[in-house]
Amino acid sequence: MTTQSRVETHPTPAATLQLGRMSWSWLGVAPFFLFALMFLILPTGFLVVGGFQDADGNFTLDNIARLFRPNILSAYWISLEISAASALGGAVIGFFLAYAVVLGGLPRWLRPTLMTFCGVASNFAGIPLAFAFLATLGRTGLVTVLLVQYFGFNIYSTGFNLLSFWGLALTYLYFQIPLMVLILTPALDGLKREWREASAILGATAGQYWRYVALPVLWPSLLGTTLLLFANSFGAVATAYGLTGSSLNIVTILLYAQIRGDVLHDQNLGYALALGMILITGLSNGAYIWLGTRSQRWLR
Amino acid sequence: MSRARLGPWLAIALGALYFLVPLIGTFEFSLRMRRGEYSFDAYWIVLSDPRFQATFGYSTVLALATIVVGVLLVVPTAYWIQLRLPRLRPVVEFITLLPLVIPAIVLVFGYLRIYNSSSLLPMTSSQRATDVLLMCSYVTLALPYMYRAVDTGLRAIDVRTLTEAAESLGASWFTILFRVIFPNVRVAILSGAFLTFAIVIGEFTMASLLDRPAFGPYLQLMGANRAYEPSALAIIAFIVTWACMGLIQVFGRGARQAAR
Repeated sequence: MTTQSRVETHPTPAATLQLGRMSWSWLGVAPFFLFALMFLILPTGFLVVGGFQDADGNFTLDNIARLFRPNILSAYWISLEISAASALGGAVIGFFLAYAVVLGGLPRWLRPTLMTFCGVASNFAGIPLAFAFLATLGRTGLVTVLLVQYFGFNIYSTGFNLLSFWGLALTYLYFQIPLMVLILTPALDGLKREWREASAILGATAGQYWRYVALPVLWPSLLGTTLLLFANSFGAVATAYGLTGSSLNIVTILLYAQIRGDVLHDQNLGYALALGMILITGLSNGAYIWLGTRSQRWLR
Repeated sequence: MSRARLGPWLAIALGALYFLVPLIGTFEFSLRMRRGEYSFDAYWIVLSDPRFQATFGYSTVLALATIVVGVLLVVPTAYWIQLRLPRLRPVVEFITLLPLVIPAIVLVFGYLRIYNSSSLLPMTSSQRATDVLLMCSYVTLALPYMYRAVDTGLRAIDVRTLTEAAESLGASWFTILFRVIFPNVRVAILSGAFLTFAIVIGEFTMASLLDRPAFGPYLQLMGANRAYEPSALAIIAFIVTWACMGLIQVFGRGARQAAR
């Protein structure tokens, strides 16, 4: 404690030297900032500014207002619903899997196996994932055929369609659940054994322990990771495109078509469309980061 | 005790079912090409397709270039932040998180607008220039993973002591960076590199919108026109992803054993 305060009040010669060199030190990170400016800040900034301009470059809120046209609004709405469904599903199922492997008393070898597999599955997204689900749950897919053959049950007669809302949400779960497991496992590791023992000594039931100790500690991670999953599926293009082509009207597919061929016949409306996406993923990711710093208070 | 374990086992079993069934289904589907019997025909057709070789080769070269540029951009920056500019750490960390915040499709939309052929820096004017732009987009996509991997590696070693030791022996900055720092964070760089490879190899959105002949757009094209080949391609893509993740584990384990 005393050494720490001494360092703070009397700067060492090395520290003064560093301040003197500060102007040159900047050069070391200049390439990184130049790269970030060219490939992150400027392109995004261009779209954000363009969203507030008319075709002649004058300021307008017209583009934002036109985002509320029925076809664009419904694209946003379906995207939000699919993202919410796959995020909630991924969070709940991922939580149970992470819980099972960390606190379930299962054999030790299971955990590294699951973690490796989750690392693979969370990166197995995009077009190949769409192919895998078409080959499994498509009209001639293995599961569809086997169910008809052995149980006389055709899932397509129940109104299920892989190329629809629930089909896409089910497919997204393939990378959402593993991502939840990967992020949540360290958080569950952070639940200290002593807390459980202490609450048991004080006479708490398992339910009370979760209600008053574990969940209050875990909720920032749980909520934060759910928001991360939400943003993750909101920005996904390739899986949806590989699965449904352009038949499902979600916002990323609409933006894809707009970039390819200006289907909205209005460049600035396209910028506003991108702006809306940045806003949604930005808010949910921002909340994730904020909640992440909160959860670190207890889970170290 | 056995009753308490039923729930976790059930969760694992259902999870395994959900994750394995699509793989089995895909594999089974990929073998169905010949009528009435299983065969690897779809794989032979795919592997001998010149477009497969061309696009897979293109994406592999692009992934390697992405890794080289990404490492050269991230390692010196993370090193310098750790050594000289710790005050900038939150800013740099925030920037490296941005590619997770801004969807890839939005980024590439921006690139197409500010680097079009009539702009100051026309990076879409020729094929070679667009290749460079696509590589830069992939460096951006991989930035969060690469930075985190390298930063974790740098925190595990004593950067300051290593630098001062090298300086007192008269090493130049170039020597310090490439002969002292790089070898010490080799494992971190490798794990970032394999992750980058797994992300880049089948990437669709950016390659398709920049109109480059990469593996992702080829996959999409096959999916739209063929029946059995896409399943074979999905299995190949899964094996590539699995190989990348497996190599990360192998190198990570090797490093831990060496440290012991």
